[in-house]
This record gives sequence, structure tokens and C-alpha cells, in this order.
Amino acid sequence: MATRTKFNIDFLGKRKLAMSFSLLLVIISLSSLAIRGLSFGIDFTGGTLVEVSYQDTVAIEDVRSTLSTEGFTDAIVQYFGTAKEVMIRVPLEGEEKGAQVSEKIMLALHNEQNEFVTDINPVSKEQACSSNGQQQVCQVQMRRVEFVGPQVGDELANQGGLAMLYALFGILAYVAFRFEWRFAVGSVIALVHDVVITLGVFSVFQMEFTLTVLAALLAVIGYSLNDTIVVFDRIRENFRKMRKETPLAIMNISINQTLPRTILTSLTTLLVLTSLFFFGGDIIHNFSVALILGVVIGTYSSIFIASPSVLMLGISRENLLQVKQEGGEQKTTAP
Amino acid sequence: MNKYPLWKYLIILAVIIPGFLYALPNLYGEDPALQISATRSAVIDASTEQQIKSALTDSGISFHGVERAESGIQLRFKNTDDQLKAKDVVENELGEKYTVALNLVPATPAWMASIDARPMYLGLDLRGGVHFLMEVDIDGAISNTEKRLVSDLRSGMREKKIRYLSVTSSRDSGIQVVFPDQERLAQGLITVEDDFTSLSAKETERDGKPALVLHLTEAAKREIKDTSVKQNMTALRNRINELGVAEPIVQQQGDNRIVVQLPGIQDTARAKEIIGRTATLEIMMVDEKNSGNIQAALEGRVPVGSRLYRDRRNAPILLKKGIIYSGNNIIDASAGIDSRNGSSVVHITLDARGASINQRITGDNIGNRMAVVYVEQKSSIKKDEQGNVVVDENGRPVRVKSRIEEVITAPVIRDQLGKRFQIEGLDSIKEARDLSLLLRAGALAAPIEIVEERTIGPSLGKENIRTGFLSVMYGLVAVLIFMLFYYRVFGLVADIALVLNLVLMVAVLSLLQATLTLPGVAGILLTIGMAVDANVLIFERIKEELRNGVTPQAAIHAGYDKALSTIVDANITTLIAAVVLFNFGTGPIKGFAITLSIGILTSMFTSIMVSRGIINLIYGGRQVKKLAI
Repeated sequence: MATRTKFNIDFLGKRKLAMSFSLLLVIISLSSLAIRGLSFGIDFTGGTLVEVSYQDTVAIEDVRSTLSTEGFTDAIVQYFGTAKEVMIRVPLEGEEKGAQVSEKIMLALHNEQNEFVTDINPVSKEQACSSNGQQQVCQVQMRRVEFVGPQVGDELANQGGLAMLYALFGILAYVAFRFEWRFAVGSVIALVHDVVITLGVFSVFQMEFTLTVLAALLAVIGYSLNDTIVVFDRIRENFRKMRKETPLAIMNISINQTLPRTILTSLTTLLVLTSLFFFGGDIIHNFSVALILGVVIGTYSSIFIASPSVLMLGISRENLLQVKQEGGEQKTTAP
Repeated sequence: MNKYPLWKYLIILAVIIPGFLYALPNLYGEDPALQISATRSAVIDASTEQQIKSALTDSGISFHGVERAESGIQLRFKNTDDQLKAKDVVENELGEKYTVALNLVPATPAWMASIDARPMYLGLDLRGGVHFLMEVDIDGAISNTEKRLVSDLRSGMREKKIRYLSVTSSRDSGIQVVFPDQERLAQGLITVEDDFTSLSAKETERDGKPALVLHLTEAAKREIKDTSVKQNMTALRNRINELGVAEPIVQQQGDNRIVVQLPGIQDTARAKEIIGRTATLEIMMVDEKNSGNIQAALEGRVPVGSRLYRDRRNAPILLKKGIIYSGNNIIDASAGIDSRNGSSVVHITLDARGASINQRITGDNIGNRMAVVYVEQKSSIKKDEQGNVVVDENGRPVRVKSRIEEVITAPVIRDQLGKRFQIEGLDSIKEARDLSLLLRAGALAAPIEIVEERTIGPSLGKENIRTGFLSVMYGLVAVLIFMLFYYRVFGLVADIALVLNLVLMVAVLSLLQATLTLPGVAGILLTIGMAVDANVLIFERIKEELRNGVTPQAAIHAGYDKALSTIVDANITTLIAAVVLFNFGTGPIKGFAITLSIGILTSMFTSIMVSRGIINLIYGGRQVKKLAI
């Protein structure tokens, strides 16, 4: 071997094992997506989400019964972060004017709370909250309201799907232009692999899939590709340098050469994402989960999926030398 | 070897120094402030400013940084307590002709503001507030127009004594006019072609009778769409002004949607009520008989059948009870110049019902005045008989809802009027424009509906800022420590580059005034994690070269050289994903895409050029035996 590397692991030799493992994960993911589907947030389904915080801890059952007496029988109520914070989700209903739901919910909760505290019934919102300068001190306080009408929900879902496709096509085109079509296909196989498995985890564990999670998924595409490109770049370089090695050996050398970098960058990225996961607050929680999953899977796929795919597509030295003449921007290598 | 020419260092400095300068305003925080603006009939001038100042001084509230612009006056306070007290004082002093909004304004020194150095613009999820996406019902507007045209057609043909059997409209088949015979149909067709240019006609038959099928032309439909969105936006702006929001945003989005953003608003119910409310116009007759004795009315002896109103200059005016017609009958009002004498006028077009009433009433009342009354619900501070502010047990003023009625104009009727007429005698074209706006605001052209709402309470907004800041800090520190331990001197260089990258990102975001959202903060964080990638690539390459027995200087050179194309490739592909995100995403996602893209660009500069510059300063141009890497 011309270059000494710190590591010397036969990654490509284990490609069958890795491929079967990935295939298994993809099959599990796809079947879960087909059977259980994703737990779409209101961004996509439409509906109302109200997050409230109480002065003291509150029992979920109480909130639920208050809401059902007000007619919100299919409201989903759950704690959000702590036992003082409650998230209420109400699906879209036919006749109900969507935008009014959040107010009715707040009014119902105010009434309930005040009845409990002062035994005056019914009360207006003004009475339920005592004012203290700018801040209204209420037994129950609105923290966040999201309402998405049916028109918007469908649109966001369509746009999201389209965005994903456009990103994949853009990348396919760029990699095909800079490298060769086999590399482009290999990188896109790795990307689809990453996206499907991340979606699969969200489906298996029924984690809420929101607009921000979709954004995270697109960022994962960017990240995983970043990783893959670095490996491909080295493969291309080594194809030109090492005339005697087989494509398989060259790929192995290249992956080993870039391995420290692959691990280090994943580590620093995971460091900041862990920080986001623990300190970023509940709203950003699933977003960071998607990114963490994506970075881990993306790192794995850039080693075990992307390069083997290119190999299986039958890459040879000639394929790359052709590109060199066309592209022409690659510098000649030193020593 | 490994020496940078002077101009490269100058370039680095030329980027970094302004970077620090424009990132700096973010450290200053914000001052609580009041923003006072005038509603339609009031003006803000030096005397208003003096009035506010003396009222605040009398109440012992200290303030600073008074700025007066055409749009209003801004005052800054030391803390929110003062700000809130001042709001009540100012509201009480100025009355309901003015709106007083609470606001947080950047406490940036004036010299910074003068070079446009401002802090980042925080999105609603960080500062709290309401985001509404409203959809204008264009189909509704079109069918309203068709309904109105039906009654206009009936009266138009009656006027011309053209006998018809029926005029009907339906959603799918347009307007159908059935005539008893071909001759009447021909007459009808001429009327349509002459007077109803917005309709295209086609001859057909209905139950053996000749009939005309009329459709709105495409141009007319487009016109309805444009005007109904514009009119709704105007109406929304007028109403929001009065909510007292400091920096409201009312923007058209796409074909038929309007985005409304109200930073800092907490009471969404009230916001929705005001946004959804319709100001109405009522047209009434002036009580000319008793107007001579207006003093008696002011003293409480209002004649039976009349009511006392105030006009825009607060002068009393007696109107006869009973609404003649309402703003709903006004189809259009536009400002113009009278061709005969060059004075400013407002052209008004009424619908068929309004026109027929107008004709009857004005015919009987030539020489009298006709008043247009602007009616609106508004909440204001309750006062007792002595004019003192009524407060609740917590010392906050009690707010009451009241009906605001104001005579916006009372022109003399010169002639019998019909469908189209004009109001003359306006002082300026500006007054004419204001009046036409008010007249149009009466009737919303098309129903609007809230299709998306995102409200973030103020406490959550603050919390989001805190958690966002914390996670960036912890993430940054973790990466800094990691790099320092792993790469030692080179790690320190990468750390400097990373911190500079963060400064540059903040500077670019501040300079662009792009909206920073919580996902945007996540984007900053993600770039921190990924920005070191370029340095990791370079440093690993240097290590490799060293292992191959290359001299330290050559290793540094080769490391930077060989890693470059990899870095560019990797970053461009990430940039593709970010650009796609930006184009397809809405609000929060856009924020993420923006910070991610900016981060990619700034990190390429810092981790390649800046880090090389520092490395060259440390190792360049001398004998180096060993690298601390």
C-alpha cells in the first residue's frame, strides 16, 4: 500500500453483512410506515394545539374531563415536559370554526380552574386572571397556540414531499456532474436509506412528525451527503494515484484514510445536537432526535452503503479518468 | 513557505472587523418603550410631544430617548414597570385619538444605528406574539359581485323599460336573463354591452324563451381578486393600527392569502375580534331645521328624532335618526380631481339598492346635507363622571367597550343623485384619498378566514430565547474543548476560527435583518458542529502527510491544498439541501435554512482562510521540527 493509514479495517469485505443489515432495517421501516404510518402533527393533519401551564401540578384526567364536558370529546391531552404543563390537541372538526377552538379551550380551562379556586361560576377570562402589571397571573396560562386549517395542512404535506424530491434530484445532478453517475446513484441510495430508516424510527415509536422534523430530515440529507462526498473524493483521488490496486482495495483504503475525519466530525456534530436535545427545550425535541438519528445513520451509510453501492454498480478506473478530462478542475496531486 | 502575503491578512481583517461591529448591537439588549401614533383624525406634532412629556413628568415617571417621526413618538423607559405606568398615563392624557403600544426597542447606541448596525430580528417564537394566515374567499367575492349584478341588471332594464321574465344567478351557470321575445333580448343585449362591461353575454334559450347567459369576464374576475385582497389588507392594517402593536406585519402571501404578524400581542381573543370586525358606514341626513340651535342640543335638549354627533374636528352636528343606507351599498370610492375646477373630489359608486334610495332621498333634499357616519367598536379606558380613570383592585384601569361614531363628512346635496356621484369641496388630494379609503373600508369586498394561527405566549418566547442561547453556548463550549484537546495548537486555531464564524454569522444575520427563529438557532448550532469539519479534514490530511514522512511545512501546505476541493464539494451539496429548504419552507423552516446557508458560507471563510492565516503566523517562514497537532 502506498499510503500508511492509522486504521486498516476491511469495510468492503463486510459489505454483504452491512447490506443485509440495512435491508432488514429498511424493510422494517417501510412495513411500519405502511402499517402504522407516521404520527403526523397538526402541521400536516390540520387541527388545534394548545399548550398551557398551570401554577401547580395538574391531573391530566381533570383537564380531559373539563374539555369533554365542553364538547371536546376527542381532544388528546398529555403532559408536555413537566406535570405543570399540558398540551391539548384537537383534530379538525366539520362545523366548528377552526380558529375559535383555542379560545373555547382556554375559556373552559379558566372557568374550571376558577370554580375550583374561588367557587364563583361562571367567570370571564379577566376574572380568572389577576393582573400584575403587564403579566397576567392566571391559574392557567396560555403558552402556545397553533391552528392549522385543512387548506394549509395538505399544502404543507405536498410541499414537504416535493422539497425532499427536489433536494435529492439537485444532489444527484451535482454529484453526477462533479464525479460520475455511479457515484451519484450511490450517494442517493445512501440518502434514501438514511431518510427511510429515520422515518421508520419515527413510525415505530410513533413520535410526532412535524414541520420542523421534516426540516431536520432535509438537514440530514445535507449532512449525510457531506460525509459521503468526503469519502468519494478520496476514492476518486486514489483511483488516479494507485494504478495497481483493485477498485475494492482502493475503496477500503479510502474509507480507512477518511475514517478519523468521519468519526471526529460526527462526534462534534453529535456534541452540539446532544446540547440541543437536553437544553433546547421541548418544542425542538423531536427536531434534535431526528438530527441525531440522521447523523448516526448517515455516518454508518457513508461507510457501509454508499461506497459498496458504487462498487456494485461496476465502477472502474476508466470511468473516473474520463470525468477528469471533462471536468478538468481537479488539481494534479502533490508528492 | 506557508507565508500569507499582506493583502490576504488585510482581507481577513476587512471581513472580521466589520463582523464584530455588526454583531455588537446584539449585546446591548432592549429598552422597554412606548410607541404613540395617531389614528385617523389626529396629528402628532411638537405640542403632542410636549403634552406627553409634561404628563409623564407630572406623574413622576422618568423616561429618555424621545424620538419623534412622522408616524409617531417613541419614548424609552428604564424598566417595564415605568413603561406600563406610562402607558396608562399617556392613554389617559391623549384620549382615544391616539394609540399607545408597548414595545421593546434595541438599546443600541446612536452611532451604531447610524451605520445600520442593528440586533438580529427575532421571530415570533422568540419574542412572543401572534401569527395569522388569512385566506380571502375569492369565490365568495365573485358570487357577491354576481348577486349585486343581478339586482343592478333588474333595475338597469327597468330604467330602460325593457321587459324581462326573470334574472337569476347560480354558481355554475352564471347569470341568466330570460326575455319574452327576441326583440327584448336584443334590447337587453345592448344594455348589457353598454352598461355592464364586466359581463360577457351569450344567447341561449330557456324553456322555449330567448335568454342571455352572462358571465364575468376573466379580466373582471382578476380585478375582483386583486381588489378584494388589497381592500382586505387595507382594512386589516387600519384595524391593527388600533390594537397598539409596535411592529405589525401585514403582507400578501401567494394569490389570495394575507399574513398578519403581531409581535408581543398576548390577548389573541381580542386580536381576533378586532381583526374580524367590520367597521361600518351609515349614511344619515343632517337635521337642518334644528342645526341653528346646536347650543341647546349641547346642553342636553336634543330635538326628538335627532341625535348629536361629532365630526372629525370634534365639532357637534345634529343628525336625523334613521339610517338611509349603509356602507355595504357602496361598491367603490376613489379619489380624483374635478375636471371643471381642479379641486379634489371623491367618486362614489353605489349598488342598485343604494342608488334607488339615493335617488329618492336626494331628490327631496336638495340643499340639505347628507352625513356619512363611521361606526366602529373600540375598547377604551373607563372614566367616571369627574374624568378620573376607573381602576380595578389591582390598580389597572378598567377597559370598556364603546361604540365610536364619527361623522367623517357631511356634504351638501346639490342635485338629485343616483348610482354614481361625487363629494366635492375637499381641501387636498390627500384628504380625498383618506376619505375614499374610509368609505371603502366600510364594506369588506370578500369574506376572510383564518387558516393558520401560531401564537407564542410571552413566557414561552423568553424561555425559547434562554434555551436557545443555552444550547448554543453548551454546544459551542463542548466543541471548543474537544478540538483543543484533540488537536492542541491546531485545535486552538480551529477554535478561534469557530468563534469568529459564530460572530460572522450573527453579523450577517443582523445585517440582513433576517428573522431568527428557534429552528434558526438550531441551524446556528448545527453549523457550529459542522463548521469544524473543514478544519478536521485539513488537520487529518496534515497528519497523514506527516505519517508519510513529509516535512511539517510541506504537510501544512499539502493538507490545506488537498482538502480544499473536498471541502468545497461537501459544502456545496449541503448548500443545495439548504436552498431547497428555503424555497419550500414556511416561517420557522425558512429560519433554519437561512442560518444553515449563512453558516456554510461563513464557515468556509473562517475555517479555510482565517485558520490558514493564523497557522501561517505561528509556523510560517521558519524551521519547524514538530507540529503540535
